[in-house]
Amino acid sequence: MSDAEVKSMAENIEAPVFENKAFTIPPELSKATVAIVSTASLHHEDQDDFAPVDIGYRVLKNQKRDYQTGHWSPNFDSVGFAADFNTVIPLDRLDELESEGKIGKVSDVHLSYAGNQFDLSGIRMDSGPAGAKFLKEQGVDIALLTPV
Amino acid sequence: MSTLAHVFEFEGIATIALGSVRKQIENTAPPRGLLCDFPLGRPLGRPDDAKFQHRVLSHAFSLLEAEEPVLEEFEEPVAETGTEGLVCPLPPRSNDDLLPVIDEIRGLRPAYDRAIAKFGNRAGTGRVVSADGIEAAVESLIRVADGTPWKEAGIPGIPSRVAQDIRGYYEISVLGLTDHIPAAWSGTNWFFTKTLAGKVVLAARAAIGDSGAKRPIWFYMAPGDR
Repeated sequence: MSDAEVKSMAENIEAPVFENKAFTIPPELSKATVAIVSTASLHHEDQDDFAPVDIGYRVLKNQKRDYQTGHWSPNFDSVGFAADFNTVIPLDRLDELESEGKIGKVSDVHLSYAGNQFDLSGIRMDSGPAGAKFLKEQGVDIALLTPV
Repeated sequence: MSTLAHVFEFEGIATIALGSVRKQIENTAPPRGLLCDFPLGRPLGRPDDAKFQHRVLSHAFSLLEAEEPVLEEFEEPVAETGTEGLVCPLPPRSNDDLLPVIDEIRGLRPAYDRAIAKFGNRAGTGRVVSADGIEAAVESLIRVADGTPWKEAGIPGIPSRVAQDIRGYYEISVLGLTDHIPAAWSGTNWFFTKTLAGKVVLAARAAIGDSGAKRPIWFYMAPGDR
């Protein structure tokens, strides 16, 4: 098995075309609140696992770092995440950047979606905007998006 | 990933999307994209390497200075393919009265428990089968491989999910058997090519597929290139 072979299977998955694209200019990074949004199907131990076709998101508390992956795809290496969650959700690194003053604040909450979706309309029209509004309400200025 | 980026930008949140698949991130064109040629599952590149992870983040956050959509490539690829092979000793037979695969599962349990104690259970078992249920889960897949219709074999959940727990049990055991974090995919390759349980999963997958079951039931029991 090679990483290249698995990647080749994902190369041509169709994605929605956005005719009108937004481009948000954030505040200065040193004053901004940063959250992570991952498509690794992460959840806390006491949260519901992801269903096979689950367009919803889970709110991840920043201070409770017991994240597990509930991803349904077998097409990625999970050992790196198992040994160091920063491989997927680099919160220790963001903490260090905050303490150095390079970013304003690490958000108190982060989000995770399930990335193994073939029909993205629900995420585009429903759970995506809902998650973004939620983070906006929490004062988030910048989202770092991480896949698996 | 890129869909979320576009949606979040519409809501007033600036985004930076990391991507590991070149054509995918090029085709989907997130507002700010950083192509990182890293193994799937490791978007920050190297586990337990803070300096490397910081270099990725530094490049990613630098994209915020762009005044229009931007796609750049991180200059340090991580070429871990798992083809180097994992030297990971399987425990010797300890009970000849047991099926060899059951003996294998029991032999790995101390390593699994050590790894869970050290790292937590982030990707091991527990989706539908706990560590204590791995033996029964594998026995159910043996019945499938031996000809029992999959719906009558007592599989404790959707086969693809059960297979993930079995694979997770073995891959996390690797962390308890080695003194380093293995290269990406090497644990997976070890499971499917060197262990008896891996062979059981593949045999059951083939049997379910041959039975005419719907593809999602069996296909995702193993990576798609198998």
